[in-house]
Amino acid sequence: MRKQSLWIAALLSVARNDKINMEDPLYREIILDNWENPQNYGVIKNADFDLTENNPLCGDEIRLTGKIQDGKLGEIAFVSSGCAISKASASIFTEKIKSLEISKIKKFIPIDVLEELGITLTPARTKCALLIYVAVKKGINK
Amino acid sequence: MKNLKADFPIFKIRPDLVYLDNSATSQKPKVVIDAVSNFYKSNNSNIHRGIYGLSQHATELFENTRKSIAEFIGTQTSQEIIFTSGTTESVNLVAVGYARKYLKEGDIIVLSEMEHHSNIVPWLMLREKGIQVVFIPINKEGELDYKNFKVDYKKIKLIALTHVSNVLGTINPIKEIVSFFKQNGSNAKVLVDAAQSIPHLKINVKDLDCDFLVFSSHKMLGPTGVGVLWAKRELLEKIDPLVFGSHMIERVTKEKATWTAIPDKFEAGTRNIEGVIGLGAAIDYLLNIGLETIEKYESSLTEYALSKFKNLEGIKLFGPTDSKNRLGVFSFAIGDIHPHDVAEILNRENIAVRSGHHCAQVLMDCLGVTATTRASLYFYNTESDIDKLIEGLVKVKEIFNI
Repeated sequence: MRKQSLWIAALLSVARNDKINMEDPLYREIILDNWENPQNYGVIKNADFDLTENNPLCGDEIRLTGKIQDGKLGEIAFVSSGCAISKASASIFTEKIKSLEISKIKKFIPIDVLEELGITLTPARTKCALLIYVAVKKGINK
Repeated sequence: MKNLKADFPIFKIRPDLVYLDNSATSQKPKVVIDAVSNFYKSNNSNIHRGIYGLSQHATELFENTRKSIAEFIGTQTSQEIIFTSGTTESVNLVAVGYARKYLKEGDIIVLSEMEHHSNIVPWLMLREKGIQVVFIPINKEGELDYKNFKVDYKKIKLIALTHVSNVLGTINPIKEIVSFFKQNGSNAKVLVDAAQSIPHLKINVKDLDCDFLVFSSHKMLGPTGVGVLWAKRELLEKIDPLVFGSHMIERVTKEKATWTAIPDKFEAGTRNIEGVIGLGAAIDYLLNIGLETIEKYESSLTEYALSKFKNLEGIKLFGPTDSKNRLGVFSFAIGDIHPHDVAEILNRENIAVRSGHHCAQVLMDCLGVTATTRASLYFYNTESDIDKLIEGLVKVKEIFNI
């Protein structure tokens, strides 16, 4: 139930936002760079949260581990099997939130994730991009 | 065979469309679209039990399709044709109405590793009754390795196999497989999932020597929302309905209801009337081209595609590599690029392919992948469509530096 509602809320908030009007092509350098050389890729030992989130539609899967220290996200790392969009998005978003206060991370909304990617996505691919967002939300709320 | 794209309005409206997702659903020829819309324009009324002429005419149109299908699959008895909502419902009807009723604890149901979820999940639901569900493995060539499959043959009560794999394109030798099991002492009933084969191959239930045949209208040029279950009359009479309500009854009192005869017993509620009539038009259209013609043309197109795939470096094709005993369904991997990325780039070239697990996660596990990209052909595809696909794949490789 909870899993569903997080996804639905995330997708709805994006659908309602008409600010996105980003440039093509989809596979820009930023996506390909982060796909080939993802930031924060790996697994953190003795993590405060360790969870796996997947997208049953396409089988994309992300394992996210992180440490919370003094109200901040100390370390964060992910490993994923999935498409370039989900991997690049995870790389970019984890890089953005690393070392930030948890309270600040909680304020991020899905559209922020998509804006970082700088591309227009169809609804199906939006889910790929937001996989990391949902995983992070769950992780820091644990 | 001449190019028949002109029969399909969608290719006129979208002249750049390279449609290679025929295993998911086929496009619809004008004759089918017209049959559906003409029904609403000229003949709309509810079928059965209407005394007025319009309803009788609609009933006749609906029942004509039943006769066409019976003939199409080689049976004389049109009551043996049951209209469902699709292949999935047809399998469920057999699983619940037949298997749940007649199979016992310890009995074995044989499936294969290349089944679609619709021919796995309904059977898995029977495990709670203590019925075992086992899977014939596939070999490296993407064929069923049934001879090395050890199982207590006498306990096999049902064999449910796909005629053609929706991922690999493999045509399974149903007759040989069944006769192998029967020679080894099984007296199992046999269900053939013909959803992927009936659009492309001549099907005859007597030749196949099966007990149940299931398929969908929308993959064979007809409308969505219509499927068929065929079984021999004696068997259908023994099976319980899956859905209860109007039309399927003989008599209803406050205490109980009794069922009417086949096929009505299985067709509760109001069926998808215009869909069934559309399917009738699709069958007429297919017969007019001729299944042999379709088979021959698709076989040469498959050969062409296979030769192109072979020359494309970095592409791993799953399934049989020669055009014999396979249809034009091509699942492949390009390096470690996710199929969704491949499909997305192809989409930008107006090429429609499918990416994902294709409702065959058991097979994906066997292949060691989570998803594949799949291009699937039908008779309206051309060599030019395949050339465009290959060009698109070259582009994918360029973008991802493969």
